[in-house]
Amino acid sequence: MESLIKSPFGSATSMRKAYGEALVELGRERDDVVVLSADVQSSDFSFMFEAAYPQRFFNVGIAEPALVDVAVGFANSGRVPIANTFAFLFATRALEMVRTHLAFGGANVKLAGAYAGLSDSFDGPTHQTIADLAILRSLPNMTIVVPADPLAVTKLLPQVAAWSGPVYFRLCRNEVSEIFTEAYSPTIGKGITLLDGDDATVIACGVMVARAIQAAQQMEVKGIHLRVVEMHTIKPMDSELVTLCAKQTGAIVTAEEHSIIGGLGGAVAECLAQSYPAPLERVGVPDTFAESGPYEELLDKYGMSVEAIITAVQLVLARKAGTASHPISEVV
Amino acid sequence: MIKSVTDQAMPARVYPYEAPHTAEMIADLSRRAYEYRAQVLRMVYGRKSGHIGGAFSIAEILTALYFHQLRLDPANPDWADRDRLVFSKGHACAMLYTVLAHRGYFPVSELPTFRALGSRLQGHPEPHKTPGIEAVAGPLGHGVAIGSGMALAARLENSSRRIYAILGDGELNSGVIWEGLLVGAKYGLSNLTVIVDYNGVQQTGTTHQVMPTEPIVDKWASFNWHVIEIHGHSVSEILAALDLANEIHGKPVAIIARTTKGKGVSFMENAPAWHGGIPNSEQFDTALAELEERMNQWKA
Repeated sequence: MESLIKSPFGSATSMRKAYGEALVELGRERDDVVVLSADVQSSDFSFMFEAAYPQRFFNVGIAEPALVDVAVGFANSGRVPIANTFAFLFATRALEMVRTHLAFGGANVKLAGAYAGLSDSFDGPTHQTIADLAILRSLPNMTIVVPADPLAVTKLLPQVAAWSGPVYFRLCRNEVSEIFTEAYSPTIGKGITLLDGDDATVIACGVMVARAIQAAQQMEVKGIHLRVVEMHTIKPMDSELVTLCAKQTGAIVTAEEHSIIGGLGGAVAECLAQSYPAPLERVGVPDTFAESGPYEELLDKYGMSVEAIITAVQLVLARKAGTASHPISEVV
Repeated sequence: MIKSVTDQAMPARVYPYEAPHTAEMIADLSRRAYEYRAQVLRMVYGRKSGHIGGAFSIAEILTALYFHQLRLDPANPDWADRDRLVFSKGHACAMLYTVLAHRGYFPVSELPTFRALGSRLQGHPEPHKTPGIEAVAGPLGHGVAIGSGMALAARLENSSRRIYAILGDGELNSGVIWEGLLVGAKYGLSNLTVIVDYNGVQQTGTTHQVMPTEPIVDKWASFNWHVIEIHGHSVSEILAALDLANEIHGKPVAIIARTTKGKGVSFMENAPAWHGGIPNSEQFDTALAELEERMNQWKA
C-alpha cells in the first residue's frame, strides 16, 4: 500500500489559506457556488473568493442567523451557498436556522465553520469551539466533515459542495503539519486506515490525526502496533470500519479537538456499545472550557497531547488484556 | 366510489397577472376570501387544532396574490422563474393550504386532512410534503432573510421573478427580522416585497401590550425600505400596492397591511384567545353563518 502519510510530516502550512485557495478553485469549476460571510472573510480567507468572484460573494454583516437564512434563500433557488463564520456561531447563535431549514428543511447549504476547536487559541474560550460536533451531530440529515490537513481541505471541499444536502465543514485556524501524500484520496462517509496494526486502534479526526500518528510511531518503538484510522466524516459515521477495528484490534481510542462528550468519541462509543463492545478511551477536552494561550500548548494542557493518547492506549490495552489494576479512567 | 363535489370542481378562477383590476374581479376575490375563511374554519373545527385568527387576517392578501399577482404554474411547481412566496407566519398555514388547493396545487378534498397523521398538510408548512410551499416555516422571524437570499439569487440569474414574504406583526419581535431588513436594504433588493399582516394581536395580548413595534412605518422606512401602508382587507388596495411595489427601484418594498385578527367573525375579531382557539359547535355554527353572510354581501 502506497503510504498516505508524509514521513517526516511536511512543513506547517496554513489551513485557512488552503481553504481560501480551494474556494477559488471551486468557484472556477462551479458557477452555481456562492459564498456568504458574516464579516469574517479576512479571518477565514474566504476573501480570496471575494477577490476572484465579487458578484458571487455576499457579506451580510455580523448577523449569523441572517447568514444562514440568506443562504437558505440561495439554496432554495438552486444555488450551492457556502456560509462562513466562526464555528461556534453556527452551533449556537444560528442553530435554530440550521435545525429548521438545513436539517429539517433539507436546504442544500454548506456551513464552513472557521477557527474550530481550540484553534482560535489566543481569543480564548468565548471564541473556541468544543461542542459543535455534539450539537450538530444530533440533528437528523446533517453531514459533518473534519479535514485533517491543508491537502485534505483541498480534496474534501469539492465533495462537500457536491454532496446532496447540508454539510458542516469544520476548519482549523492555524498552520498545521502537512500529513498526507498526494495518494490521500478521501471519500465522504468512509474512514481511512493510515497505519495498520493489531494491538489497538486510534480513531482520530482533524489536527489530532497528526498527534495520533506520532503516538503510534512512539509506541511502535516499544513493540506496540497501533492502527490509526482517520475519521474525517463524523456523520454519517463509518460504523462498519469502527466495528471491524474493534473486532480486529480489540481496543479503541478516539482523539478529537472537541469535548469528549458527543463528538467523535461519543459517536464511536454509541457504535461500539451496539455493535461490538470493546475497551474505549476518548481523548479530547474533558468537559471544561479552555483558556487563552499558544495553540499547541493549549492542546497539550487540555487533554490532547501525544502523551494523553499514549496513556489512553495503555489503559485500553490493559483492559483488553484484563490486567489493569485501575482499568477505568475517570468518566466525565 | 362517488367522489365529492369539490374533487370534481374546476380550480378557482385565476385573473392573469396582466388583467386589469375590474370591479367584478375585486368583488369576486373579496367574496372568495370569505369562502376560504369558511374552509379554514371547517378545517380547524374538524381537526380541533390550528390557528384561525392569523389565518383570517391574511385571507384577502393571499387570495389577491395567488389568484392574480403571482406568476406560477401549479402543473409545474418547480418552474425556475416562478415568483416565490415565503410564508413566514407559518402557524396561519390553514389559509395558505386552502388557497393553494383552490389554485390547483392539490385536491381541495385533501384539506380536511390538515394536521392529521399521515397528511401532506402538516401543522406548519413543509416544502417537501406540500406542493406550492417554498420554505419551511413555523419558528418565526425567517421570512425577510430567506426572501433576501431568494431575491439575491434571482438577481444573480437576471431573472425577472419576484420574491414575496408574508410576516405577522408578532414576529417583528424577532431579531433576525431586522438583520434581514439590513440585508435587503444593503443590496437594494427591489425584487423583494415583504407584506406585514399587521393585525395588532399576538398570542398573549395586543402587540402594543406584548412588545410595542410602532411607529412601524417609520421603522421600516428608516431601514431604507420603501413603505406602503394599506387597509389589508381591501382587495383593491392590496392589488394597487402590489402593482406599485413593482415600480419601486433601488429599494425593497414593505407593505404594512392594517388588518384585523379573526376578521369576519364578530367574536373572534381582535381577541388574542382566537390566535389558537378552537370553536365549540355553537361557535362554529355562528361563525359559519357570519362568514356566509359576508360572502353573500359580495355576491350582491
